[in-house]
Amino acid sequence: MILKISQAILLVFLSGLSVFIGVAEISPLDLLDLSSEQAQIMLSSRLPRLFSILVAGSSLAVSGLIMQRITRNRFVSPTTAGTMEWCRLGVMVSILLLPQAPSLLRVVCAFVVSFCGTMLFLAIVNRIRNAGIILVPLVGIMLGGVVNALSTFFAYRYDIIQNMASWLQGNFSLVIAGNYELIYIGIPLMAAAYIFADRFTIAGMGKNTASALGLRYSAVLYTGLAIVAVVSSVSVVAVGNIPFVGLIVPNVVSLYRGDSVKRVLWDTAWLGALLVLVCDIAGRIAIYPFELPIGIVLSIIGSAVFLILITNSKKSYA
Amino acid sequence: MISFEGILKKYGKETVLKNVAASLPTEKIIAFIGGNGAGKSTLLGIISRLLDPNAGSVCIDGRMINQWNCRELAKHLTILGQSPNSAARITVEELVSFGRFPHTNGTLSEEDMKIVGEALDMTGMQPFKNRFIDELSGGQRQMAYIAMAIAQDTKYILLDEPLNNLDMSRSAGIMKILRRLVKEKSKTVMIVIHDINFVSFYADYIVALKDGELRYMGDADSIIRPEILSDIFSTDISVEKFGDRKICIYY
Amino acid sequence: MRRPKNKKFFPQFFALLLILLVLVSVYLFCDVSAQTLNYNIPRRLGVLAAIAVVALSVGVSTVVFQTVTENYILTPGIMGLDNLYIFIQGLTIYLLGNGTFNMMASTSHFVFTLIVMMCASVGIFLFMFKLNKGDIYFVVLSGLIFGMAFGGLSSFMQVLMDPSEFSILEGRMFASFNRINMDLLGIAALVSTAVSVWMFCDIRSLNAIVLGRRQAIALGVEYKRVVLKSLIVVALLTSASTALVGPVTFLGILVVSIARHIFPTFRHDILIGGSILTGLCALVFGMLATERVMQFSVPLGVIINFVGGLYFIYLMLKVKRV
Repeated sequence: MILKISQAILLVFLSGLSVFIGVAEISPLDLLDLSSEQAQIMLSSRLPRLFSILVAGSSLAVSGLIMQRITRNRFVSPTTAGTMEWCRLGVMVSILLLPQAPSLLRVVCAFVVSFCGTMLFLAIVNRIRNAGIILVPLVGIMLGGVVNALSTFFAYRYDIIQNMASWLQGNFSLVIAGNYELIYIGIPLMAAAYIFADRFTIAGMGKNTASALGLRYSAVLYTGLAIVAVVSSVSVVAVGNIPFVGLIVPNVVSLYRGDSVKRVLWDTAWLGALLVLVCDIAGRIAIYPFELPIGIVLSIIGSAVFLILITNSKKSYA
Repeated sequence: MISFEGILKKYGKETVLKNVAASLPTEKIIAFIGGNGAGKSTLLGIISRLLDPNAGSVCIDGRMINQWNCRELAKHLTILGQSPNSAARITVEELVSFGRFPHTNGTLSEEDMKIVGEALDMTGMQPFKNRFIDELSGGQRQMAYIAMAIAQDTKYILLDEPLNNLDMSRSAGIMKILRRLVKEKSKTVMIVIHDINFVSFYADYIVALKDGELRYMGDADSIIRPEILSDIFSTDISVEKFGDRKICIYY
Repeated sequence: MRRPKNKKFFPQFFALLLILLVLVSVYLFCDVSAQTLNYNIPRRLGVLAAIAVVALSVGVSTVVFQTVTENYILTPGIMGLDNLYIFIQGLTIYLLGNGTFNMMASTSHFVFTLIVMMCASVGIFLFMFKLNKGDIYFVVLSGLIFGMAFGGLSSFMQVLMDPSEFSILEGRMFASFNRINMDLLGIAALVSTAVSVWMFCDIRSLNAIVLGRRQAIALGVEYKRVVLKSLIVVALLTSASTALVGPVTFLGILVVSIARHIFPTFRHDILIGGSILTGLCALVFGMLATERVMQFSVPLGVIINFVGGLYFIYLMLKVKRV
């Protein structure tokens, strides 16, 4: 309980910090007496940014957790399974077909494509599971590269390569009221993940065990996948690609909490939000008054953490 | 002669072998026995330079293992790992020809082909020599790999659980071949094996490990005793006479 | 090992050579009139020479890579070198601004790119190899992760660039055989030939590594040395071909998988030779297709990755169990 309170305090403190960083100066004291301009900045930019960070971070971490349980592989996540690349392909398709499409339509398109793509990945994983824990993410990343190559082919033909690069880049600086609200879809999905938590734990023991325990394995599988695909699609459309969160957060949490989904869910969501928040703040301070996009900060921090994780875990899992 | 001393091996924080030392006799079938996780396979891996120990040394025919040239050592000692496999499409004959790898520079002489042929005959794989190894049954594949080890014509042959997943007649067949290798060709065979009755019937010498320590070592007859076996496997084992052999009963 | 049945693959080699000859002559002499002869033929010969260098590098590196990773669905292109290449190109353009177009094509820039790529990749591989006591999958995965980090950095730069700078970068992002500078070609050819010959010294050990690590060591292969050398060779060859024409990530898996169908053997001399020939045919055919059918509208590199990528998915779905 004390742990939970201190976790919450840390998050609230950093959230407060996040709100008061920016080019337009607003100090905590101003809160008592906000000028209308300051209130405007708060409501239309700073708070939306904070909320989207918190929701995106926690929902991506949770979806990474779900994927790792379903595939029974710690190194699988939307980043290493090609899910993010499928989302991009979906967004690109929607833009090519309907240039003026509303973001909801883009999300639907990205969802359909990424759901199918991740199914494909799972089909492949089932064939190569015995080949070793590291081969699975390797194949996943390669599949992501393939999808990228496919998107590039079309992007090149229709001359939207540079636009594509900007979707690849997760970036919270463009978040303003009116264009980010879709991200809230992540909240009910996290609740769903909590309700289904025990089923994911059982599904993680394998199809046979799950069936023996009376679980409809494929139903759980599809539910999990759907959650992952929706969360990834929403975040790609609303804020861009946020890499590595779904990969490293569940791994770090399982180091001190074990593997039961229900037990780790809160910590995973918390650490995901915290990680993205910290990286966002770091990116905003690093080259102030300019910003490093969160995608960059996470690529660098995430790859370093990931390398440490596999070095340490190699002996016990490989 | 193979001897080793002060062998220590850790995986992470877990110590698998502690201070293991022995000098092993030659021209015998030497069985390494012990429960799961006792360190048998690890010890075999260290003797055959597949694994590096954290401390200790292995001496083969008077020379430290790290002073041997890889290829020279491959003419004296070979190991067949647990359930060997390969993704490539290789025929049985090609596989067995690999046994001549350390002896040649790429081209097989008449002499080499004769040795390959003998290995195929001895293991009964001659009829299958043009089959691809991934088309064989588990037992046949194991036999093909054993033929490769025979073709390598080394003084020491190390086998890590060669009887895994094989039926009784296959297992007995393999053990008989190993006997012939010792008798006719003066080889020294070291084998990790789980079935204690195969040990009792075929092994000349036994090295028994428990919890990473070498507990007992000696002629088969002196080790196949109920009190020793019960200690090693932590379960009640009784030993009965069966003709001039001994048979172990456990439940 | 060697047996008289080496001759078994003569028909396949012969057929591939014949196809190659036809493709090359169609490519060289198609649409050539007396006026354009002096322009077209030398240009096309240059393209063919570049194709030869790339086919050699990709064939050798992919076969070697698949052998030491004991896995036939991987390609060295995924090890992050492509992203490193795009990163270096992007960084040069971004730092030097708009007037860099000529500079980008210069020999010194090529040599710079080549040296940075070689040093970075060999350095990373060596470090990771030592750190993990020779676990090759870890090395591959680290390469990939580094690649993702570089990818992140370069897409950041792409967003920052103004469109005219970006158009220069876009030209370098996709493999193309049409902007080859003869000096560069000479250097790349030298590097890749020397490295390939160096690898051929260990071709017998590669044959034995097909049996897996344990059995290779039991047969007296200096496993660690050969694997480390193979990784260095892969890094050098991939650097050379990428620096010359740009990223051809999925060419390797496409070409070598086809070659494995045509030459079902573990013998590396045959396999590598077959892969190089297959690569030549594929690239000349691709060149014909881009120039004649698609009228230069899409670079060859984009098409290679498109076709290679689709082939990879097909391969993954039909593979039994790895």
